[in-house]
Amino acid sequence: MKVELKVNGRASEVDVEPRKSLLDCLRDDLDLKATHAGCEHGVCGACTVIIDGQAVRSCLVLAVQGDGLDIRTAEGLTDCAGELDIVQDAFCDTHGLQCGYCTSGMILAAHALLLENQAPTQDDIRDAISGNICRCTGYGQIIEAVELAADRLRQRNARPDEALSAERGMA
Amino acid sequence: MTEQSSQNRFVSQPRRVREDRRFVAGKGRFVADIDIPGTLHVAFVAGTYAAARIESIDTSAALDMPGVVDIVTGDQLAAEIAPLMNGLDTPKVRRYPLAVGDVRYAGEWVCAVVAESREQAEDAADLVRVRYAKRDFVLDAEEALTREAPVVHPDHGSNVLLDKTFVWGGVEEDFDRSDEKLSLRVTWGRNSTVPIETFGVVAKWDPWERILDVWASIQMPKYADQIARALGLPGNGVRVHYDVDVGGSYGVKRGIKHTVLAGFFARRLGRPIRLIEDRIENMRAGDAHGPERIFDIDVAFNRDGTVRSMKMRALDNAGAYAGRAPFQLGKPIGAIVGPYRINSVQYHALSVTTNKTVEEAVRGFGQSPTNYAIETMMDRVAAHLGMDRLELRRRNLIRKEQFPYLIPSGTTYDSGDYHTVIDKVLLHADYDALVAERDRLRAEGQCAGIGIAACLEPSGGNSSFEPLLNEKNRTSTWMESVRINVDATGAVIVAIHTTSAGQGHETLAATVVGERLQIDPDAIRIVRPDSLESLPGNSPVGSRMAIMLGGAAARAADTLRAQILQIASHVSGIAEEKLTYREAAVHGPDGVVMDWAEIVDVTHRRFHDLPEGMSPGLSAQHILQVPTGTALPKDGKVQMYPCFSFEFHLVLIAFDPILAKPEIRRYVIGHDCGTVINPHIVRGMTLGGIAHGIGAALLEEFAYDDDGQLQTQSFLDYLMPSSHEVPNVEIVHHCTPSPHTEFGQKGSGESGYLGAPAAISGAIHDAIASRGITLDKLPIRMSAISDAIAAADAVQKKGIDV
Repeated sequence: MKVELKVNGRASEVDVEPRKSLLDCLRDDLDLKATHAGCEHGVCGACTVIIDGQAVRSCLVLAVQGDGLDIRTAEGLTDCAGELDIVQDAFCDTHGLQCGYCTSGMILAAHALLLENQAPTQDDIRDAISGNICRCTGYGQIIEAVELAADRLRQRNARPDEALSAERGMA
Repeated sequence: MTEQSSQNRFVSQPRRVREDRRFVAGKGRFVADIDIPGTLHVAFVAGTYAAARIESIDTSAALDMPGVVDIVTGDQLAAEIAPLMNGLDTPKVRRYPLAVGDVRYAGEWVCAVVAESREQAEDAADLVRVRYAKRDFVLDAEEALTREAPVVHPDHGSNVLLDKTFVWGGVEEDFDRSDEKLSLRVTWGRNSTVPIETFGVVAKWDPWERILDVWASIQMPKYADQIARALGLPGNGVRVHYDVDVGGSYGVKRGIKHTVLAGFFARRLGRPIRLIEDRIENMRAGDAHGPERIFDIDVAFNRDGTVRSMKMRALDNAGAYAGRAPFQLGKPIGAIVGPYRINSVQYHALSVTTNKTVEEAVRGFGQSPTNYAIETMMDRVAAHLGMDRLELRRRNLIRKEQFPYLIPSGTTYDSGDYHTVIDKVLLHADYDALVAERDRLRAEGQCAGIGIAACLEPSGGNSSFEPLLNEKNRTSTWMESVRINVDATGAVIVAIHTTSAGQGHETLAATVVGERLQIDPDAIRIVRPDSLESLPGNSPVGSRMAIMLGGAAARAADTLRAQILQIASHVSGIAEEKLTYREAAVHGPDGVVMDWAEIVDVTHRRFHDLPEGMSPGLSAQHILQVPTGTALPKDGKVQMYPCFSFEFHLVLIAFDPILAKPEIRRYVIGHDCGTVINPHIVRGMTLGGIAHGIGAALLEEFAYDDDGQLQTQSFLDYLMPSSHEVPNVEIVHHCTPSPHTEFGQKGSGESGYLGAPAAISGAIHDAIASRGITLDKLPIRMSAISDAIAAADAVQKKGIDV
């Protein structure tokens, strides 16, 4: 079944079985490996992507359902290879990860939060990442990373939502 | 220790972790990311019973499915490969990647289907028809010990894999002379580390070179050797690629059965094979469950609180096959008295087979369950004597001035200052205020309790539990290696010889080499050669890499420095003892004698300037033997680990007596792992370990129903702590350097997990102590608490009514 997917601002036509998940399609058909399979039943959040501004589990979405939606993956966070955006950089600053497997999903969940809420409390952050399981960190340094990113976004010379969107090429 | 941490430029500094950059960009290289054209995919037919004879397997319909290339049964496989290695001397407990003859646990892989895509392999697997004849099965470890129990491996003769009793010191005399004795039983439930990435492997056979290439999410010692043995290949016919990022492991990523199967198919079919577990395969048949252990303890003590002797029986449920897991009864011997001065110990280690999923190494390698047992014992002794739990521990803890301290089982602890760590934690937490807060919560009608747990993290071991538990095993080294090369441009390349699963080994090696060579660690390139290009090593197990990889890196760098000084002396004519190496240059009495560029120039181009007998180039390697690990066990005693980190947990928990959902209100941990190489990494390990411990204490269990079916085989049933369950944790640092290591470092990879379950259990018991309840099995689910409270309250109410 042919479907047109708009991923990270670029439209691609893929030919997939109707039963194929968006996760598998991103990885296998579009070679976007930053999105990871964890449980494949919608619990762990490793496969989180942003669809129309919302954090969504790509293992619970069929690729064919993605037609016409604005899909963002970790590959689309910066325009230039080798650069990091504010959220990614904050995760490096606090060491908000260890093995890196849940990290793409975690960072996209953080993005989805920061698009909506530029001054999240710690409880807001805990809520926003509560659907993303991390087995390495115990979450402490992840929460600090999101706090740091929010703080840096607020200090930028632009409205935080604009700053974030600009960073992601979504402006 | 050759340098104080305060003199370090890079070691102990809060520098960024270099690996993080690729991961935040989604550019890690995990095994599932490896795409080789022409790859075939594997799916499995899973056994449906806990125990059954496989009577027939009909693959005809499956073979007719589109894309299917091959299907292999256990019998076919067993005819062509050797059994997987057992740790213990149990040759009749044969284990293969697929069930041979019998299914021995529900979900065990019965046959493997290979197809052009994973979906096609799964579709075909559904059409394989297996006829079973059900057999009797056994799930419970105690039942497995009985004469009437079904035997999981009849050729072996019984379910007992290991039955060994050690007596260290005058146990009976100490029991006779003690004022008091008590007995307790606690049970550690079956849980595991359950990484978010399942195990996966890609294998490719080159029939012309006759070499098997393996990419895997592996954390396992002697992995390449075991693949070669099982497949009948020479050791140099297997090439494991260590530059694969492992998506979490914490001990369990040891997919040897998966790898042997993938390697078998790669050779048989001449095409690359990809075997990535899906979640149900991982939970049910990935053979990665952790220890499930019943402890029976008798303890003898005096009325003043002095604990004199302990008899511990540890009965471990290994599941259906032996593997390496039973050795997890051995590691705790290296710290069998915990941080306490217990004069004598009897330890009875028992491991049995049952019809459950196979057990694998889990973070701490048996230390966490044992620590839960020891700390619960200390709480019970305090309660029995009516003594404060802190006071009881203080009286029994080894004192700072008693190090190095020899424990009854033959290990000497290196260093520690346990009393100070505890004092610092209590001061930080304002213990009196914490007690007042607990009492305030109680006055509001909540159940509130404070839990404490001390514990040791043995680190850097030389696997001497192997010869201790299996006399045919003569292991007395568990080396690790580093090679440093300075190229003709002066750039530094450091080779490490292992995979990593988030432990930051690249940062570790770069920091240490940068420290020793006094160059910016960020300018150092870290490479991971494959297994054929590697020096010997044993992978990141047993909290060893700060000690062993860090130690090897420091010593290789020291060799380079010595070579540089020799060259500078030769070229300048200044005696070596008047020269110093500083800031990547050699300094003499009158300033710089030789800078880095010249050192490189001499070594790479000017052979005529080298001292006689010196080889050109600037390169060094070091293969580090475990510090203190020099001898085989004697009389049941051995020096097992060189370094012992200490931690002290203090936790306040409150819950409603009816709902009984424990809420962690405060969590403080005192942590002493000697000199910290990278503070971010150690902090992350500590916090992550505590989260893992919260899971083991309250949530996580591989639970089986009466038919032997695993009930918790998805993330909807196997509950792991989310950001809502893990509180803010306050870490109080202390540093007691180890005398055995280059910078005074000790291990820290298991911390948190080792003490958290005991502390949380202790807090829950403090909260319900007034009702006279004990909950002696982990995890302590909220339903268990609320049921126990309701039952106790009902009894009390009845008493009042009467």
